[in-house]
Amino acid sequence: MTYILKPQLHHPKLPTNGLGYTRRDYEGSVSTLCAGCGHDSISASIIQACFELELPPHRVAKLSGIGCSSKTPDYFLGNSHGFNTVHGRMPSVLTGANLANRDLIYLGVSGDGDSASIGLGQFAHAIRRGVNMLYIVENNGVYGLTKGQFSATSDRGSKSKRGVVNTDAGIDMVSLALQMGATFVARSFSGDKEQLVPLIKAGLAHKGAAFIDCISPCVQFNNHQGSTKSFDYVREHNEAVNKLDVITPRDPIHVDYRPGETVRVQQHDGSILSLHKLNDLYNPNSRAQALGYLQARQARGQIVTGLLFVDPAAGDLHDAVGTVATPLNQLGEAELVPGQAALERINASLR
Amino acid sequence: MPEPVASQQALAAQKGARINDFVVKFANVNGSGSASANGMFARSVMRMGVPVAARNIFPSNIQGLPTWYEVRITEAGHLGRRGGVDLMVAMNPQTWDRDVAEIEPGGFLFYDSTKPIPPSRFRDDITVVGVPLTAMCNEAYELPRERQLFKNIIYVGALAGLLGIEAEAVESLIRDDFAGKDRLIKANIEALHMGLSYVQKQLAPLPLQVRRADGVGDRIYVEGNQAAALGAVYGGATVCAWYPITPSTSLAEAFTAYCQELRVDPDTGKSRYAIVQAEDEIASIGIVVGAGWNGCRAFTATSGPGVSLMTEFIGLSYFAEIPAVIFDVQRGGPSTGMPTRTQQADLLAAAYAGHGDSKHPMLLPADPGECFEMGALAFDLADRLQTTVFVMLDLDIGMNEWLTKPFQWDDSRKLDRGKVMTAEMLDAGADFGRYKEVDGDGIPYRTYPGTHPTKGGYFTRGTSRNPYARYSEEGAVYVDNMERLLRKFETAKSLAPAPILRRAKGQTRDGVIYFGSTTPAMDEALEMLEAQGRRLDALRIRAFPFADEVMSFIESHDRVFLVEQNRDAQLRTLLMTEGDVDPAKLVSVLHYDGTPITARFIAGAIASRMAVGQIEAAE
Repeated sequence: MTYILKPQLHHPKLPTNGLGYTRRDYEGSVSTLCAGCGHDSISASIIQACFELELPPHRVAKLSGIGCSSKTPDYFLGNSHGFNTVHGRMPSVLTGANLANRDLIYLGVSGDGDSASIGLGQFAHAIRRGVNMLYIVENNGVYGLTKGQFSATSDRGSKSKRGVVNTDAGIDMVSLALQMGATFVARSFSGDKEQLVPLIKAGLAHKGAAFIDCISPCVQFNNHQGSTKSFDYVREHNEAVNKLDVITPRDPIHVDYRPGETVRVQQHDGSILSLHKLNDLYNPNSRAQALGYLQARQARGQIVTGLLFVDPAAGDLHDAVGTVATPLNQLGEAELVPGQAALERINASLR
Repeated sequence: MPEPVASQQALAAQKGARINDFVVKFANVNGSGSASANGMFARSVMRMGVPVAARNIFPSNIQGLPTWYEVRITEAGHLGRRGGVDLMVAMNPQTWDRDVAEIEPGGFLFYDSTKPIPPSRFRDDITVVGVPLTAMCNEAYELPRERQLFKNIIYVGALAGLLGIEAEAVESLIRDDFAGKDRLIKANIEALHMGLSYVQKQLAPLPLQVRRADGVGDRIYVEGNQAAALGAVYGGATVCAWYPITPSTSLAEAFTAYCQELRVDPDTGKSRYAIVQAEDEIASIGIVVGAGWNGCRAFTATSGPGVSLMTEFIGLSYFAEIPAVIFDVQRGGPSTGMPTRTQQADLLAAAYAGHGDSKHPMLLPADPGECFEMGALAFDLADRLQTTVFVMLDLDIGMNEWLTKPFQWDDSRKLDRGKVMTAEMLDAGADFGRYKEVDGDGIPYRTYPGTHPTKGGYFTRGTSRNPYARYSEEGAVYVDNMERLLRKFETAKSLAPAPILRRAKGQTRDGVIYFGSTTPAMDEALEMLEAQGRRLDALRIRAFPFADEVMSFIESHDRVFLVEQNRDAQLRTLLMTEGDVDPAKLVSVLHYDGTPITARFIAGAIASRMAVGQIEAAE
């Protein structure tokens, strides 16, 4: 929790990024999560992604709901404004914040309890509106803060720490996001930073609703035999369809792979997603194929990870609403208040 | 058959004819197109310079259920409901018996006489006027929809003839309403004259007459919801998130229409506003809170059931200190209640929304003019106080057109954005503590997200925290913060609109307190009571928290009537909770059947209690 302050001193020779910030400038308070928690690895990946993308830390707004995952925004980007909202309602708050200032970068962090149970509706609607954000669900399949109840993403047949078998069907957040019209959809694993960091970078750079379902084992309550969200289970069943490199407009382009194995996609901000195919059949530009592929693999017990779908030309809610380029929170009287002359016309029309 | 024009003049001179002071009630089937015809009737009377107060009493239904429209014609300018009906326009067979029963003794019944109605269905003490509307329509029109719609205009024409409304007044309205659609203008004017000439040929005018007057002045005729929406535009609101719910829907829709007219960048055609129809009320208020946190003026419009759903977020707004504005257009509760009827029954739900100790300012507009003013003011208060501010309309104000003073705006007025710390202030060394008391008014400074690379960032949360926004469950730190929130609420008293006092003509120990849509009926009731020699000082409350004047008003009277439109005397509860007042002094006058309160009801209830008091005193 935030009463634990990190020492501000750091090594003078820490590497800096193009803005002159060190990695420490992207850190937050000391985490109070359990040692070995997958969520802390995701926080570390967020820090690395923001550092590498050279984002001014204070231009990121980080929002969350309630739960272990929702506590994490305190543990990264300490100079950013954060908002720990109410349970399951982060998507609406983020939507409002985004409408108020289109110039900030919006990072929503949530968990499977927060987004798949109480907040399933808000999750779906923020996605279908195309809110320009990166929405990460730190998915551990369990309620950690209340000590081990099943969440809505627990697979049917998976076992709780106390040995109870889950009889309800699990919700697949990735399929849901695809159906709701997310324009960037990925799944990753907190234990695979190499895969996760580029996905976070690409998701932050994406214009439109970007979603990452990040499986993040709960070391206390869901890391045992019989769980389908344990480190061992996910490692054994992980099927990555591609490997992503994010090339920002500043980076020199160099090719690691043979032609034909790599797909290049340019995003709205100029960044290039270089996707190395690990599965020849997988095409991340087709929503329908992505859904079919996911369901087929899921039936075989596999967990498909990687960049599953991207529409690099996507628009966002501001495009739909047609707002002015200036952030709405910077408009003043002159732009907002029509004045007495307009009122007189209105009065005349009401007589 | 006397010559019609001559007979009108004779009537006007006739003793006992009621001029510009009577109530006409239309009983219709909803979905039949009657609403626009009835509205036209009301506005044509206003075009003759005679004030009207019109109220739509409609069902939660699209087609086929009973609906009523009551038009009070009142040269004296009594804009509340009087009570009783002088002329019933009975167009709905489903409600015939109750409609006939509602007519005042000596009153009038207008009906469609195409089909004979047995004499037992009428009354001996009223005058019956029949016009064969259906037969006339069937003869003149082929299409069923035309027969239906023009029947409404034909009866407006017939009523114009019977009541002395100038044909030109109605015609000019038809020309304005259908501007650019010449075919419709012609057809409607023909239908109007069909009714008018039937009456002129076959019937004598009634002793209820409209005569040209100069009572309307420069007043405008507008719904409270529309006025509140315009207030939101002038108050600088840029984000509106809402979910459709009667009776608030037209507020969000009016905001949309006004923004399309007034808030488009002339160079780019882009919008200086964002409106989201959310998936529910919870998301609506979530969007508002998010936008408020990020420095926008944002609002939602809802009704009681929506407020229930929003409660958790309202508590967050209170505790995390985020500006938000909620327009609550109250309807009949509890639960789904009476969705298309009016009440003032959300006072407690709004004032204390949320778990834990929390309370929220409310503004209580009495007419559309105040809906505009308070609609704009609410955003200044929300920014200044960094909390949710309610504007409490009700269906009567919100969805009925009222005559009200014209809207006015002082072009030199600035939006009060409250205490916002800027990058310059942070660089100059200001000590920023998001929840730190600085000026003794309980209001801390805030920063907008993205203000400064290294200073002024903080983590907003609904958990308790210290003045520097760091998580804390220390008892003393928590209490300190809660006490500061109380000081802030005290500050709200001085910022909210003051109550309005109306002294009796002469000394009295009796007072009455009222608010909101009760106001015009209360004004008239005070005149009625005064005429009976019953004196009361009257105080109209316009905001919560209550100004000190409210408590001193109660203090300085022996007995104070509280007039409210709810069952549980919610204002009384608020006064008893918030002030150190003697509950025995507070006598409730409660009207909560879902119809707008009437002057006769208030005057009757107060007079009977005062009479009992006199008898007790004599004994």
